[in-house]
Amino acid sequence: MSQSADAGSSEIPNLLLPPRRRWLSGRRAIIASSLSSVLLLGGIIAVLYLAPGGAMVRGAFFDPHSMWQAFVGDPNKGLSSVGKGLLTNAWMFVAAEALVLFFGLLLAWVRLSHSPVLFPFRVLSTMYTDVFRGVPILLVIFVVGFGVPALQLGAVSNQSPAVYGVAALTITYSAYVAEVFRAGIYSVPQGQLLAARSLGLAHSTTMRRVILPQAIRTVIPPLLNDFISLQKDTALVSTLGAIEATRAAQIYASTEFNFSSYTVASLLFLALTIPLTRFTDRLIAKDRNKRLASA
Amino acid sequence: MSDVVLSIKDVTKRFGDREVLKGVSLDLHSHEVVALIGHSGSGKSTLLRCANLLEPVSSGEISLFGQILQNPNIDDDAVRRHIGMVFQSFNLFPHLSVLDNVMLGPVHSLKESKDSARERAMALLERIGLANRAAEFPDRLSGGQQQRVAIVRSLAMQPSLLLLDEVTSALDPTLVGEVLDLLRDLARGGTTMLIATHEMAFAREVAHQIVFLDQGVLVEKGTPDQIFTNPTQEATRKFLERI
Repeated sequence: MSQSADAGSSEIPNLLLPPRRRWLSGRRAIIASSLSSVLLLGGIIAVLYLAPGGAMVRGAFFDPHSMWQAFVGDPNKGLSSVGKGLLTNAWMFVAAEALVLFFGLLLAWVRLSHSPVLFPFRVLSTMYTDVFRGVPILLVIFVVGFGVPALQLGAVSNQSPAVYGVAALTITYSAYVAEVFRAGIYSVPQGQLLAARSLGLAHSTTMRRVILPQAIRTVIPPLLNDFISLQKDTALVSTLGAIEATRAAQIYASTEFNFSSYTVASLLFLALTIPLTRFTDRLIAKDRNKRLASA
Repeated sequence: MSDVVLSIKDVTKRFGDREVLKGVSLDLHSHEVVALIGHSGSGKSTLLRCANLLEPVSSGEISLFGQILQNPNIDDDAVRRHIGMVFQSFNLFPHLSVLDNVMLGPVHSLKESKDSARERAMALLERIGLANRAAEFPDRLSGGQQQRVAIVRSLAMQPSLLLLDEVTSALDPTLVGEVLDLLRDLARGGTTMLIATHEMAFAREVAHQIVFLDQGVLVEKGTPDQIFTNPTQEATRKFLERI
């Protein structure tokens, strides 16, 4: 029998799933997914309970009493609170993120400008991104955190380690974010630029009113990626002596010989990044709906 | 029809070794409609882009109201405020509502007050029957509607002339009519227009002058009757036979 679309073709095609795939279809898919989740979780728990060193690992990493103690801290024993430490991380990354947004955009803007006056700055901003994306952030933290105080420049050299941490994070992440912005600006179709310029809009107005609003929408997911990475890198500022969550957890671990404090610190970092991710997802969805919905 | 609005003199344009325009000269008078015809890649779009300085010319001169635009003291933005341009791919701003698309130029380029710009924008949208869609975003409109908004967006600048770059080429055949109707309307109202187009019947109907470009050379120009019934050049005849 021919397989063509002849009107006279009388063979009825078989549209059913092969038998071995049927057990995953329809409602059974939900059962299958729950089952596999339970198996995976159960597997991990089973390993923690059945492995020869299981009890030790549970006690060292997941001891509820130690976790609570690490979270609240204990001044009498000289234990810093991991929860309080996290506040230091939080203000460091909030400050750094605001600064990074500003400087990253500034660097991208300068790099894409056409003004002859800005020529030396164009070269500098290119060099800047090349250098600071290439240098490990830990080294930047050391250079800023130990170098600037050594300069003995009055107030500038008398800041807390966290402030130098923010400065170092801003220096490095601005270079990354500048490239993200640049890519976003390039992703806006050329026709948008032509249309805006043909309305007599100046280059800067075109950027502000037409190109950037569109670029920022495309740039939000990669930007978020860099911000999550920045949030975690605030932990590196502990090397300057700032008592943030990781450092507090470390102090706890080395004093009490229990690593549950690290688990607490991990959970706290997660508690910060996951809501941020969900929030951004919702922001993107809302913007998309607005543009596609009828008024 | 004596005062020259736009004058193109011996313009050449090279992209690397490729010469896209080879010594094109053309005058556009006030209230005149000139249609540019020719194969794709004949240089029609490039000529339009050179005319509003989106592309610099390689040699030759373009003047607007007698002022040579290649003079380094010319403000490109000021020139573009007087020359409206509509593109094949609409290029509406997707992040702005229809109304804001139309208002952007008057508010941020002409520095008109928002109230007066809004009033004029709404009047223009009313004219194309889309006032009720003013708050919507361009993605929601059909291609024909989008292109009409794009035309109205350039009209909001009250330009001295309009450049139209194959404005119906990206449209569904069923949507071409509404856009051509609007252009016909503008032509009747005396808008000065330079139109690159593949719509021969339309060109013949509205244009005062037809210009045939072939491989960057202005082969022939004349009235629609001359060009369509009695072309003097072999290349023109061949082109018109093929379409």
